[in-house]
Amino acid sequence: MNYNKNKNIQKTMNLILDKTTTRRQTLKGFAALSIGMTSIIVGNSPIVKSGFMDNFFNKHYKEMTNDYKKKLFKKLIKNTYTEYGVNISISDPQPIKGVRFAYCLNLSKCNGSRRCVTACVKENNQSRNPAIQYIKVLEMNMGSINLEAGDMYYEGKSVPNKNKFYLPVQCHHCYNAPCVTVCPVEATWVQEDGICVIDYEWCIGCRYCMAACPYGARRFNFKRPSIPRSKINPNQGFLSNIIRSAGVVEKCHFCLHRTRNGEYPACLEACPTGARKFGNLNDPDSEVSYIISKKRVFVLKEELNTIPSFFYYFD
Amino acid sequence: MINYLQYWLKITIYICSGGKKYFTWIGFLLLLISAGVFAYYQQFKYGLLLTNMTDEVSWGVYIANFTFLVGVAAAAVLLVVPTYVYGREDVKEVVIFGELMAVSAIIMCMLFVMVDLGHPDRFMHLIPKIGRLNFPSSILAWDIIVLNVYLFINVHVSSYLLYKKYLGEAPSSFYYKPLVFLSIGWAISIHTVTAFLYSGLGGRPYWNSAILASRFLVSAFASGPALMAIVFVIINKISHSNIKPSVIDLLRKILQFTLPLNLFLLFCEVFKEFYTNSVHTMSISYLFFGINGYGMLQPFIWTAIILSSIASLIFLSPFSKRKIVLIIASVMTVLSVWIEKGMGLIIPGFIPTPLGDLVEYTPSIIESVVSMGIWALGTLLFTLMIKAAIGIETGAISKIKK
Repeated sequence: MNYNKNKNIQKTMNLILDKTTTRRQTLKGFAALSIGMTSIIVGNSPIVKSGFMDNFFNKHYKEMTNDYKKKLFKKLIKNTYTEYGVNISISDPQPIKGVRFAYCLNLSKCNGSRRCVTACVKENNQSRNPAIQYIKVLEMNMGSINLEAGDMYYEGKSVPNKNKFYLPVQCHHCYNAPCVTVCPVEATWVQEDGICVIDYEWCIGCRYCMAACPYGARRFNFKRPSIPRSKINPNQGFLSNIIRSAGVVEKCHFCLHRTRNGEYPACLEACPTGARKFGNLNDPDSEVSYIISKKRVFVLKEELNTIPSFFYYFD
Repeated sequence: MINYLQYWLKITIYICSGGKKYFTWIGFLLLLISAGVFAYYQQFKYGLLLTNMTDEVSWGVYIANFTFLVGVAAAAVLLVVPTYVYGREDVKEVVIFGELMAVSAIIMCMLFVMVDLGHPDRFMHLIPKIGRLNFPSSILAWDIIVLNVYLFINVHVSSYLLYKKYLGEAPSSFYYKPLVFLSIGWAISIHTVTAFLYSGLGGRPYWNSAILASRFLVSAFASGPALMAIVFVIINKISHSNIKPSVIDLLRKILQFTLPLNLFLLFCEVFKEFYTNSVHTMSISYLFFGINGYGMLQPFIWTAIILSSIASLIFLSPFSKRKIVLIIASVMTVLSVWIEKGMGLIIPGFIPTPLGDLVEYTPSIIESVVSMGIWALGTLLFTLMIKAAIGIETGAISKIKK
């Protein structure tokens, strides 16, 4: 109840603060809408086929040529500069052949500090107001693993609280992802290395994926994200942490702009206890392979057959 | 061609003429529509932030209305079957009203989906070839297809029959009969697909139920005839059209078993949830009794059940033969089904979240005004179409001058 009220107050505050920028966006939106209308009329005309309309029509990621990507990224970089005054770079790291990423989380070690949450927000340019976080840490009672009894609003002078254990949840990058199945426009899909990505420039914001996700991993931009200029991470990946527009869904992407370049995800680096392990499942010598073959490992909601790439284990 | 243009011109003139009451009604609807447009403009400008939807309850009153209206559209089949399968002449006179009701309901459905989108400017991503419609994987893609086809069938059949009537010619079966029979199956399909939107999600135990599609159909076959009964009585009262009492009696008889059956199916669901008493009963416990002091939806569901029970008893009793009693019970039916599908099914599906978080939801002012605007727009469309249809049926709009 209170939680809801606070959200509403936040909403009104945001409106007062953000009027000037959204107006510009509205004009853009209307322009796009009218172009959309005409698109149906022009349909398959030669004008469309000649590529003249490419500036107006975003292409789906899978249909983008390298040239198209270059132009699009340039446009996005320019937009970010005009809107936020920050120079960014956008890369598009591809899945590495033969790599299948997996995440393992040691429940015996996690102490509920939520450092991962903060690091993730910093790395991935999430909106600070309203706050969007990819990782939710559930405080659970010892002796039960019933998610519906977990508490994600726990407080305390120091963690861990007595007789509690902590279960962080983020996108599980399912092999059998329900969110991918239901998306009406193929705006989200699982890539060869097992990372489930979203094309933010294609998502229509219907939120069906949010209804479908059994792990509550997806977040929606109810308004244009507001991020202080100094907090923007300029090292951006197109399918990962570019600044989202209002009205699209986002979620954890295993920091693909880092992990596909040999780095660890931001949440792992921030973890003070070493509870987080990340690596290549196809490599028999990797840490994750060792954990999965040797430790007591489980996945959440196994009965749903989503086949997550995110494993929990005990020591 | 000239004939056709003349036809539209005559329709336009006809729907622009009417008494004081008619224009007051149209003006009232236009007022609601402009309020809706204004509210939607705000939502478009500032984002869905203006709604009370959250990451936790990510669908709200828009999708609830959408679901309800798909049912209304599907219910047109209840007039089509008696007319074309059982050859009831009395129903044949009103079947077109049912089809036009379906047309306006589908248009409202589409608007409700549009206003729910975060990026309505990208709607063309849903159009095959231009965008990437995820068919056959996404049930939403199925829904878009079946709804559009259903809209097409109903627009075609009703406009063809009306135009032929205007010309004073007999309609040729070849041009509409096959589509009429197709529409029977199609009506079932639109509501089935809409139910599959929800029941196909394993992560939402409250929706993940095999009887959801049958519940949807039965509740649609209760709310639809109830709405029709109300509309037909009003039409009889204010226009020259003469809908026979036998038609209204048919609707009453349909309601006599669909409404109690709907309650029975709800009861089956309630039994299964509470008797099993698994961890997944949280949604339904929240809905009926509240959890830990959170229980915003309790008044809604209990109102729906009480209204539905009383209306069932009324329909089963001989009193329902009286017009006024029938109308009261019909209004109760429409209200109870609307509540049961929206606040009783869509919203509690999100509460608690898959991670056990409890966030409550009631529509914001913006959401309510936008919804009201869409309802007003649908009603306006329906009013104008019905007026034109009655004009053609009664011969006021006709090619042959009298």
